[in-house]
Amino acid sequence: MCLAIPGKVVAIEGESELRMARVDFGGVTREACLAYVPEAQIGDYVLVHVGFAIATVDEQAAQEALALFAEVGALEDLGEESANLRKEDS
Amino acid sequence: MPSRLESLLFCPLPLDDEQIVQMAHGGGGRKMANLIERLFLPAFDSPVLSALGDGAVVDVGGQRLAFSTDTFVVSPPFFPGGDIGSLAIHGTANDLAVCGAEPVGFSVGLVLEEGFAVESLRRIVASLADASVQVGAPILTGDTKVVERGKGDGIYINTSGIGRVRAGVNVAPDRAAPGDVVLVSGPVGDHGIAVMAARSGIDFETTLLSDSAPVLPLVRALLDAVPDTKAMRDPTRGGLATALCEIAAASQAGIRIDEMAVPVRPEVQAACEVLGFDPLYVACEGRFLAIVPPARADAALAALHSAAGGAAARRIGEVTAEDPARVVLRTRIGSHRRLERLSGEQLPRIC
Amino acid sequence: MRHLDEYRDPAAVRVVLRQIEATAQRPWTIMEVCGGQTHSILKFGLDELLPANIQLIHGPGCPVCVTPLEQIDRALAIASRPGVILCSFGDMLRVPGSTGDLLSAKARGADVRIVYSPLDALKIASREPDRQVVFFAVGFETTAPANAMAVQCAARQGVRNFSVLMAHVLVPPALEALLSDPECVIQGLLAPGHVCVVTGYRSYEPLAARYHVPIVVTGFEPLDLLRGVLAAVRQLERGEARVENQYERVARADGNPAARAVLDEVFAVSDRKWRGIGEIPASGYVLAPAYAAFDAERIFGLEQIAVEEPRECLSGLVLQGRIRPTECPQFGTRCTPEHPLGATMVSSEGACAAYFHYGRTAQAAAGGR
Repeated sequence: MCLAIPGKVVAIEGESELRMARVDFGGVTREACLAYVPEAQIGDYVLVHVGFAIATVDEQAAQEALALFAEVGALEDLGEESANLRKEDS
Repeated sequence: MPSRLESLLFCPLPLDDEQIVQMAHGGGGRKMANLIERLFLPAFDSPVLSALGDGAVVDVGGQRLAFSTDTFVVSPPFFPGGDIGSLAIHGTANDLAVCGAEPVGFSVGLVLEEGFAVESLRRIVASLADASVQVGAPILTGDTKVVERGKGDGIYINTSGIGRVRAGVNVAPDRAAPGDVVLVSGPVGDHGIAVMAARSGIDFETTLLSDSAPVLPLVRALLDAVPDTKAMRDPTRGGLATALCEIAAASQAGIRIDEMAVPVRPEVQAACEVLGFDPLYVACEGRFLAIVPPARADAALAALHSAAGGAAARRIGEVTAEDPARVVLRTRIGSHRRLERLSGEQLPRIC
Repeated sequence: MRHLDEYRDPAAVRVVLRQIEATAQRPWTIMEVCGGQTHSILKFGLDELLPANIQLIHGPGCPVCVTPLEQIDRALAIASRPGVILCSFGDMLRVPGSTGDLLSAKARGADVRIVYSPLDALKIASREPDRQVVFFAVGFETTAPANAMAVQCAARQGVRNFSVLMAHVLVPPALEALLSDPECVIQGLLAPGHVCVVTGYRSYEPLAARYHVPIVVTGFEPLDLLRGVLAAVRQLERGEARVENQYERVARADGNPAARAVLDEVFAVSDRKWRGIGEIPASGYVLAPAYAAFDAERIFGLEQIAVEEPRECLSGLVLQGRIRPTECPQFGTRCTPEHPLGATMVSSEGACAAYFHYGRTAQAAAGGR
C-alpha cells in the first residue's frame, strides 16, 4: 500500500488553519498539507501520500546509504579489474 | 431465420458479464477490445474493419483511399496545449497519416448540449478551422445537433476523414516481421497527463502541454526516406503499450522494448509517479510509432530528426520471432516483464 | 526525480544482488508485507533476479484487498442513496462487492467521485452543502493520519454534511495472526516502509522476539527492496531476529509523533474482519466517540449486511502467502481483471492482478526459476 512520493517544498501558504505547501515533484507541483511535518521548510524534501507530507527526507541518511553502494561497487570493479589483469599476465 | 444481430443477442456465450456499458468499454484496454471483437466485428462482418487499422484502406478505381472516423468527448474541452476542436481534426488527420495517406478532407459532426456557451463554441470552431488549415485539407461537410441540458457534457465532436494513400506505401498492423525496428516519434504520455492535470480533484500545476499536433509532416518525412515502412500506429487511448500489443497481435510477432529508450518527459514521469500511473499506458496525441525494416532504421531516424518536431524520435525496440503476439519490456534494471493490455482505464491510486 | 531515481540505478542494483548471492547460503522464505512492495517487485522483475534459494511470498498488505465485503456493500448502498456523493480513492472503484462495484454503481447513476486526497472530499462537502458527502476511508496506518485530519477539520469547520465510512486496518495484528499460525512458513519479513514512517517500528520488536523472525523496515524502490532482502538474509544466516531499518531516509523508530497524536484522538482501535482472512482482534480503526457524528454507518443506519464470497475465490490464501496467484485454478481462466472473483485480482496492489498484468503465467512461474 502507500504510494508516497518525495517532492520539494517550494512555497508555504500560511493562510488556512492547516499549514499547506506547494510541493514540486520534478516538473509537476501540487499542494500538500504540512500539518504532520511542522519542521519542514522551503527547500526541504518531504514524502507525500494522498496530499499529506508524512515525513521529511533525511538527506544525509540517504547520501550515506547510497555512498555505501558506490563504495562497494567501486571495490568490486577494482577486484574485477585486477582479476582481469592477472588473467592477461598469465 | 434470426438476423445477425438477433443471433448475437441469443448467443449462448454471453458478450460480457455486465448488462450495462461502462467507462472501461471506451478506455482502449481489454474491455474495449472485447467489445469490438465480440460485438462489432461479427455484426459488421467486414474484412477491412477486421484488420483494425487506425483507418480503413479501400481501393476505389485503382486509387487506394484511407477512411477514418473518430469521436471526441474530452473533458474539459479546453486543456493546456489545445482544445477539443484542434484535437478533433488532428486526431483524424493522424489516423489517416499513419495509414500512409495524404488527407483530402474532413467531415465534422457536432453534438451540443443545451446551455453550452456560444463563446466556447466560437473558440472551438476557430480551432477546427485552424487545424484544418494546418493539416492542409478542408472541412467538406458537417452536421449539428443539440441535445437537452444534462444529456451531453457540453460538446461532442465526430470527425471523419478521407485521404489518398501514397503510391508505393503499404503500412498495416499485420506487417511487422522479426528483425524490424520499432521507432517512436517523440516523448509519450504528454496528452493524458496534461488533460488529467486540468481535471479538478487532481489539480496538478504543470507547464506540460498536450502534444496534440499533426503527425503528417513527420510521417511524410519518414515515408519520403523509407517508403517501405511496415506499420505505423497512433497511440491514443491505452498509450504506447496498447498500440504495441495491437501490432504484436495483428502481426503474430513478438516485440521487445527497452524501457530506458522510451522517451518520457520528466513532468510526465513525475505526474505518473504521484498518481501511480505507468507512462507507457498514458494517452498520446501527436505521436506515432513506426515499424521499419532493420536496414532502414538509421535512415528513418535521420529523416525524423531533421523534420520539425522530430528531434526527440527514438529507436525503442525490435520485432522478434520469440514470444509471438507478446510485448516484452527490458526494464531499466535489466529484468524483463510482459506488457499486457490493461483491462480498463488507469485510475489514480493510493496503494 | 530526486530521492527516487537513485534507487532504480542498475549498477547499484547489481551490487546488492551480488551481495545477496554471496550471503545466502541456505534457502530462505521471506514475505514482503506491503502490496506496494509486491507491485514494485513484479514491475521490476526483482523476484526473477534474486538467486533461486530466496523465495519471496506476498503478504496481506493491500488495504483494498482486505477491505471486508460488508464495507464494499455498505459503500454501494450509501452511494445509491439519493443526494449522496460517495468519494473514494481510485483503488476501490473496481473491487467487487456482492452486487457489483462502485464503478458499475456510477454507471447506473450513483454520484461516485475519485479523489486524490481526503481533503478533496471535504472541499466537495463545503462546496455542495445540500448533498451528503461520504468518504470511503480505506487504508493502513499510512493513510489513516490523512483521513483523521479530514475528520478533525470537518469538526473544527462545523461541516455537517461530511462523514466517513471506516475501513482502516492495522498491520501488526495481521502479522501476529500470520506468524502465530502453526503452518506459517515465513522466516523473515520486509516490513511496510510507509506504514513505519507513521507508526515507527518499535511495535514490531515483540513480534520479532516472540516468533524469532527478522523484521526489516523496507522501502519500495528496487534498491530499497533488495537492501531489505539482503539485511533479512544476513540476519537469517546468522540466526538473528531483530527489527532493523533499511529505509532510514524517511522511517524512524518512533515514526511521526504528530500523526500518531491525531490518530489517537480521532480513531479508536477495534476488531476488524479482513476479507479472505477472517476477524482479527484489535486490527482496525473506528471513529472515537467524540467524532461519532461523522460515522457514515451510524448516519445511514445500515443494518447487518449478509455477504457471500464466491466460493472458488482463494484470495485469502494468496493474502496469507499460502499460495501464489498462479496456483489458483481460477487464475487467468474464470478470474481475470475483467471479471474478478476477488479483490486480489482487481486491486492494482493485489498479488493476482500484479501477476496478471506483469505477465506471470503458470508456465513462466514454474520454468523461470
